[in-house]
Amino acid sequence: MTAYLYIESRDPFDSADSRYFPDLVKGTRERGHKTTLFLVQNGVLPARKGSQFSDRFRELAEAGITIYADDFSLAERAIGAADTDSHVQSAGMDRLLDLLLEPDTKAVWH
Amino acid sequence: MKVLNIVETAYRATVEEQDDTILWLSHNLKKAGAEVSVLLRANAVNYAVEGQNASGLSFGAKKQTNPVDIVRDIKDMVAAGIPVLLVAEDASQRGLPDDRLIHGVEKIPAGDLPQLFDRFDHVWHW
Amino acid sequence: MSKTLTLALMDAPYEKAASTTALRLIHEALSRGHNVNVFAYEGAVNLTMADQKPHANPVKGTSLEEEDHPTTKEWIGSLFELAENKGATLKWINCGLCVDERGAGNWIPGPVRGGPPHFVAFAKSSDATLVIPTK
Repeated sequence: MTAYLYIESRDPFDSADSRYFPDLVKGTRERGHKTTLFLVQNGVLPARKGSQFSDRFRELAEAGITIYADDFSLAERAIGAADTDSHVQSAGMDRLLDLLLEPDTKAVWH
Repeated sequence: MKVLNIVETAYRATVEEQDDTILWLSHNLKKAGAEVSVLLRANAVNYAVEGQNASGLSFGAKKQTNPVDIVRDIKDMVAAGIPVLLVAEDASQRGLPDDRLIHGVEKIPAGDLPQLFDRFDHVWHW
Repeated sequence: MSKTLTLALMDAPYEKAASTTALRLIHEALSRGHNVNVFAYEGAVNLTMADQKPHANPVKGTSLEEEDHPTTKEWIGSLFELAENKGATLKWINCGLCVDERGAGNWIPGPVRGGPPHFVAFAKSSDATLVIPTK
């Protein structure tokens, strides 16, 4: 089975285009693929608990999508474990590399 | 190797590069043996419009004598067998009329992108 | 078992967070003995420019030594050493035309000149390929 790894580096607060990537992620999952969303850089900003994007993470997680946020990007932005949305798991480059190197994985950076 | 190149940031350095660097790269990858398709989205859907004109620039006495010609480049890609698609909603939101689009560029609904991705070995979002 | 990761990089150094993420990912892969291919396109060819120099920081009042300002050429040089120590391979292609138009031809030992066909060859022979675009 093909897996999709979507890497979101952009801040959704910064763009009117912020639905594009989550819709893509969800649409891929709906086609039955193992789908992972990995937040990195300013892409982790909406993962702060209480952000206006909390509902979006819940929706994606309930659809069976695993959501990670890069640990360095979180720490750099003072988003600690207690501050992080409950649907988002902190993960490092080791996890990202594992996901990338999983056979039959298509990796898409945004 | 089937590759979908997604282009979404238009007119970035086109004047000094005399190309869109990713359209150029896509054409080059095709020549190197990759089976490339191009998807235009966001502001890059405007690359599919006839009539783009970036000529006439000069800085001091130095003229841009061979300006970028995106319309020619898109037509050359289509002629070379590179499928060029654009996201239909991105075009309609920007008011791009169908009758102004370059012949051979294919529209695809945003909701069909996951299905489109399944047809490629790599999806590279440039 | 060692695997091969290919990255396409586009951002010039000292401007975008993506450069940091890319270096972290390369470090992680090499540390685990995996091979890494890099295709540096556009501004990313400047990452390995040899003429980069560290500087003191007049705002913080630090000297050159105190500041210990990192340069991407040093970090990438260090990644080449890491690859050697781990028995892995780091292949780094600088896009030749991008180099020429930027006057960026003086780079550290390790990278070589190439073009899009090298990127195709990298992708075909890799377990994973990730394009990290510029915006």
